[in-house]
Amino acid sequence: MKHPRLSLAGGAAALAMLMLSAGGAWAQEGLKAPAEFDQITDPSARSVALFEEAGKVIQHPRCVNCHPAGDRPLQGMDMHPHQPPVFRGESNIGMPGMMCGTCHGAENVEIVGQAADLKSIPGHPLWHVAPIEMAWEGKTLGQICVQIKDPERNGGKTLDEIVVHMAEDSLVGWGWNPGAGREPVPGTQEVFGELIRRWVADGAVCPTG
Amino acid sequence: MINFTLNGEEKSFDGDPDTPLLWVIRDFEKLTGTKYGCGIAQCGACTVHLDGSTRRSCVTPISSVDGSEVTTIEGLAGAEAEAVQKAWVAIDVPQCGYCQSGQIMSAVALLQYTPKPTDEDIDGAMAGNICRCATYQRIRQAIHDASDMMEG
Repeated sequence: MKHPRLSLAGGAAALAMLMLSAGGAWAQEGLKAPAEFDQITDPSARSVALFEEAGKVIQHPRCVNCHPAGDRPLQGMDMHPHQPPVFRGESNIGMPGMMCGTCHGAENVEIVGQAADLKSIPGHPLWHVAPIEMAWEGKTLGQICVQIKDPERNGGKTLDEIVVHMAEDSLVGWGWNPGAGREPVPGTQEVFGELIRRWVADGAVCPTG
Repeated sequence: MINFTLNGEEKSFDGDPDTPLLWVIRDFEKLTGTKYGCGIAQCGACTVHLDGSTRRSCVTPISSVDGSEVTTIEGLAGAEAEAVQKAWVAIDVPQCGYCQSGQIMSAVALLQYTPKPTDEDIDGAMAGNICRCATYQRIRQAIHDASDMMEG
């Protein structure tokens, strides 16, 4: 006779699997619209709140994995070092003989081989690792915020250019379209871009810490 | 219709555009030097040169190859390829040999970009080419030897 606790465990496992498989739908609901922050009357406090909401995207593994603090990109929701082992190289596109483009094409590609935990190879025409001065791995949201505002560490961008980058850049946009088997970042790029625009409009104030 | 160059010859393919380049090379063009290893870009056995750079053909839809030049182990030529071939033979690098065409494609690409590679350069280029016989030390030695031959 089947033990009732085992049945419960099986049911819990099935529910967990269902929740995992629905991760994409969850994530789509996980980013508040900027209007939800209108109730905060102090512009500085509102600016911080808007950036903290945008931080749900910025600190998601889909983004941080390619903003590593070292010379190897990361992979997966557990942010393990990239396999096979690859290195950023002088131009952040890998090393001669094994550039990012050795595996990553212009688009996501569903794999033909059998793998329990890999369903697609991510792709984008400009696939690369963020320069080391743009590393986000291991940093607090406040530290990342200050970094994003610093032209020495943001690719020489003004705040207006940061808004455009976040709202329109297609490599940033990959986070919402990461290919089969990968959880997308929450919300949409449109909402994310609007959060960043409103954060800048309210003074681009960074969270403490 | 997808048109590309394979080892210098013009080819076309009118099948499913999602067909992996590896399938086209092996099943349609009957060039079996390029191997199927894992099918998930983890082992390097299927490595070819696409427009002069290494590319894992198992994760390359043929649609993305339109207008490109593909080189397989059968079409490899030039000073680096000749040096690698001699170095590989000289110290009997392969054991079972299954991974070797992929190893050689990566090694030649490395030497084309970096004629005098350090151990770190070799690790960077070759870390994605797995050898189940663990001939890594001989692969590294042969790359250094090939580099010396080109220099000499």
